[in-house]
Amino acid sequence: MSRGAAVIHRTLMKGNEAICAGAIAAGCRFYYGYPITPQNDIPEYMSAHLPRIGGTFLQAESEVATINFILGTSASGRRVMTSSSGPGISLMQEGLSYMAGSELPAVVVNISRSGPGLGGIAPSQGDYFQAVKCGGHGGYRMPVLAPHSVQEMYSLTMLAFDLADKYRNPAMILGDAIVGQMKEPYEQTPYVSSVPAEKPWALTGCAGRPRQHLKSLYLKDNAIEVHNWKLHGKYRRMEEDEVRFENYRLDGARIAIVAFGTAARVSKTAIQWARDEGIAVGMLRPITLYPFPETQVDEVARKVDVVLVIEMNTGQMLQDVKMSTPCHDKIRFLGKPCAMPTPEEIHGEIRRLAGKAE
Amino acid sequence: MKEKGKGGFGKNVYRRPESLVDVKTHFCPGCHHGIAHKILAETIDRFCLREKTVGVACVGCSVFLYDYIDVDVAEAPHGRAPAVATGVKRAQPDRFVFTYQGDGDLAAIGTSEVIHAANRGENITVIFVNNTTYGMTGGQMAPTTMLGQKTSTSPYGRDFRKDGYPIKMAELLATLEGTAYSARVATSTPAQIRKAKEAVRKAFDMQIKEMGFSIVEFLSTCPTNWGMKPIDAQKRVLGEMSEYFPLGVYKERKQADFL
Repeated sequence: MSRGAAVIHRTLMKGNEAICAGAIAAGCRFYYGYPITPQNDIPEYMSAHLPRIGGTFLQAESEVATINFILGTSASGRRVMTSSSGPGISLMQEGLSYMAGSELPAVVVNISRSGPGLGGIAPSQGDYFQAVKCGGHGGYRMPVLAPHSVQEMYSLTMLAFDLADKYRNPAMILGDAIVGQMKEPYEQTPYVSSVPAEKPWALTGCAGRPRQHLKSLYLKDNAIEVHNWKLHGKYRRMEEDEVRFENYRLDGARIAIVAFGTAARVSKTAIQWARDEGIAVGMLRPITLYPFPETQVDEVARKVDVVLVIEMNTGQMLQDVKMSTPCHDKIRFLGKPCAMPTPEEIHGEIRRLAGKAE
Repeated sequence: MKEKGKGGFGKNVYRRPESLVDVKTHFCPGCHHGIAHKILAETIDRFCLREKTVGVACVGCSVFLYDYIDVDVAEAPHGRAPAVATGVKRAQPDRFVFTYQGDGDLAAIGTSEVIHAANRGENITVIFVNNTTYGMTGGQMAPTTMLGQKTSTSPYGRDFRKDGYPIKMAELLATLEGTAYSARVATSTPAQIRKAKEAVRKAFDMQIKEMGFSIVEFLSTCPTNWGMKPIDAQKRVLGEMSEYFPLGVYKERKQADFL
């Protein structure tokens, strides 16, 4: 190794812990949360590690309080993160709307479980609508990143902090119980910031400058309309600049799977099996669920015979796939609301679509 | 800081607090928010805190705090000001952090946030303005609405059999270990205003000395929504309101009992 080159550590870790490592690497020193399965590894890790490096861990009395702790620390100009699962994320929707309205960055992690209501603790992608369409009031958007490996739990968390700061907006990591609980080796690549560290808008006391405010109330004249158009412009810029996706074995494919997160991870195994049998199948994997890779989905849909959307729900991203392309007659769906589809199930569906006998 | 009076009449004994912005407020005639704002601004000046303060505004008539107090201000969702203040104070322990909340905000939708901030001994100061109604939304029944009081959502008067009793926050919060200072004041007479200033000064002092959570509850008027003339509203505070919500200091931590 040449002198001065960064040493990249390869580490064995749970997905949930890799999120913590990514956050700390990205300079996050404030974490607030409330216990809920299946993400408790995150507050437990942060409660042990943050105090050792001069950071602050605080357990809130509810997720409602949590997201407002987050709002206050974000308003202070510090990088801050929380994590929860479906029911807790529901309670944070009010705060997320206020933060989007007040243009405050933060990273919110949803290690989602089955719903609706208390649902179950089985892995699920049933929170897609809530995350991607934004469950709070008033019409706002936020970048939503969908990791499918422990490596991405680490690296996409670092990216989420940059996106949040770049756009002064909350950003979400949408995982699930599988990608949160599974353990695999990953590379602790060093964090390289892509955004300025200065936050001149932060509320730090008005020494040497006029007082400033962070707020979402605009009552005078048409100020709220002006504010909404400004936010809309930000969302358009996200759609132009932040689309991320992976093309997996799409060369010459006649069948294209579209799947994210754990469903995509399992699909990769089934695609390998099918390719070994000579079936031309590949996958377009959205990494950003918002902004959604609309153009890429359309391009792929036009080339292949069949688009197979696979989700751990009964068809939510399916709607965004349909919105992305006019080739609706090519679209098929395989979904399970509260469980991971097995490689065998996906492989069987690929064979059926390819006209192979069972 | 010190200014010489004009025209050789000696020293200037009265002036607008530096932290109080020189604009007309939106408050109704006879409302006491203006008095509470001024006491707040005077106390910020007294401790020279203007440039190291972050305020948190709540939802209600007091949301426009940021137009009137010349400090950095964050706006919290309804009831969440103590949680937002927690996030600010944890990130910036060397800043002075206060919330300014009405009774609907603090004693109804935000009860959980204020109780847990107090119980954590969160080193913040809460200015709580209790006028027994939701002012900004048009005078609906609040958790502090008096028994028998008619509001737009208790048109036959508050009935304890249906709506329970007016909640006494200064007493309730005083029971919590994390609370360093809890007092209830009024601003209907000059003597009361002097006592209110002293209570706010003590509340600020608790935070400066890192003693824990401090709150001052102001009994205030809302002549518009009470359907009263300002003078009658003053009399109501001095009469039935002060009888049910007694003025006084409910908790004052001494250095010696600070664990």
